[in-house]
Amino acid sequence: MWSALLTSNTQWVLISTMVLGIAAGTIGCLAYWKKQSLMSDSLAHASLPGVIIAYLLFAEKDLYILIAGAAVSALLGAAFIQGIRQTTKITEDTAMGMILSVFYGLGIMLLTIVNRSAGGNQAGLDSFIYGQAAAMVRSDVWTMIILALAAIFFVVIAFKEWKLYLFDPAFAKGIGLSLKGMNILYTLALVTTIVIGIQAVGVILISALLIIPPLSARYWTHSFGAMLFLSALFGGMAGATGTAVSTLGSGWPTGPFIVIFASGFFAVSLVFGKQKGILVNYLQFKKRQKLAQFQQNNNKFKAQGVSK
Amino acid sequence: MAQPALKVMDLAASYRKNKVLYNVNFEVAAGTLTGVVGPNGAGKSTLIKTLLDLHPALTGHIEFYGLPFKKAKKKIGYVPQRGSVDWDFPTNALDVVTMGLYGNIGWLKRPSRKDKQKAYQSLEKMGMEGFADRQISELSGGQRQRVFLARALVQDADLYFMDEPLAGVDAATEKAIMRILQELKALGKTVLVVHHDLQTVEDYFDHVLLLNKTVIHHGKTENVFTSDKISETYGGNMKWITSREEGYHVVGPSNK
Repeated sequence: MWSALLTSNTQWVLISTMVLGIAAGTIGCLAYWKKQSLMSDSLAHASLPGVIIAYLLFAEKDLYILIAGAAVSALLGAAFIQGIRQTTKITEDTAMGMILSVFYGLGIMLLTIVNRSAGGNQAGLDSFIYGQAAAMVRSDVWTMIILALAAIFFVVIAFKEWKLYLFDPAFAKGIGLSLKGMNILYTLALVTTIVIGIQAVGVILISALLIIPPLSARYWTHSFGAMLFLSALFGGMAGATGTAVSTLGSGWPTGPFIVIFASGFFAVSLVFGKQKGILVNYLQFKKRQKLAQFQQNNNKFKAQGVSK
Repeated sequence: MAQPALKVMDLAASYRKNKVLYNVNFEVAAGTLTGVVGPNGAGKSTLIKTLLDLHPALTGHIEFYGLPFKKAKKKIGYVPQRGSVDWDFPTNALDVVTMGLYGNIGWLKRPSRKDKQKAYQSLEKMGMEGFADRQISELSGGQRQRVFLARALVQDADLYFMDEPLAGVDAATEKAIMRILQELKALGKTVLVVHHDLQTVEDYFDHVLLLNKTVIHHGKTENVFTSDKISETYGGNMKWITSREEGYHVVGPSNK
């Protein structure tokens, strides 16, 4: 059964999901500090109707066309969330919940129609829900890798600007950084990461790849740069291992396996994380306690010495 | 006459349905230290945010040294309220202060060693050099305020806006901050501070702007910071109780 791992197509798919994981880990850090983890989930779900409509319009399962459709639909979702938040009293999380369910519902409805139509069933659009990395062909892999690297590049090159924008946007604006421009770049990077991931990981679980790695990285470091790096590392490892395992069985969806591995890394970080891990916190507390007790005893001893 | 550091004409601002500021007109002379004083909800923070284009103005015209905000950006430093950022963000004190230099460093360029040195010197000025490597999440409220002030100092601006820098800080921090404000003034810089503590206004500021949705009074402290003008600002049913012998004065409701 391990022979499946050795075919050249599998290796390509492995590389692409690893790069996807690295991109998702990096962009996920931005979403984490923008306090918009749920946003990635909403936009991922919102991309589904775009995929189906693009397929219906062009009657072709070309990845470029499908992810372009996904991107338009996700951006539309983002615009709706923004619009609802600004013009009504509805809070952002409610708006995100609304858009998530409405767009996803529409996507599933359209998908059902397509699957009933002639030839639609063979299109394999179902794989966009839970992800099917094995179904990817060489050109899909290249598209994914190039777009993922572009997203990573944007974060790395403007590292200092992202840090300022995420930590203190008001101050950033005061010294001349365009918040509108940064918001647009952020949304574009987020949507790009989502749409290139939906074929491999699926619209439902791609957000896990954006949310879990930064969370795991947070337990290990107190530096934003190191957090970006670790998050990318965890994301890349989860992407690669999850895909590898999912190719062992025929028709196993990729998304769930990737999420399980990402969660595994999270569990390890939660306990053993160097900066905020439960174990380290506990050991530090014990050490302090011992020291305090020792000093107290010392003082008592001294006091007794004086009184005698 | 010298050009004012700040000129505000017919400024108005609102939050949704609530009118927060209207008909705001004032001029701040260069080299002054002004306290912006008024009751809660008087629009003190909104005034600063609107001046700095962080909140939209409904009407009005604002000039900084005769220039619009966009052209005067480099001359302006801003110290936001401490609570406006998430202090759990993974970075250290020196890094936050270095952020004050980002505009000068240029976008997409990395801060140099010289920039880090400047930031360190600014921390030194605030007595915070020992905390340069400290995680900002591990700093106390007063230390965080000093880091914010150090970040503003490193900008080397001409006109500073500070939103309640003295709120909830200990005596040592308050002293350190006031020393720096006096130093800035001595250097010919102009500082506008939102202030909440009426007891210290006379000691700290040479000018006072009494604000309650609009400018009630503005001018030199000795002319403006008087009991009748303060009670006018804080509402008619407030009485100014002063007892200089005991060294404290408070605003309390009058017994009518």
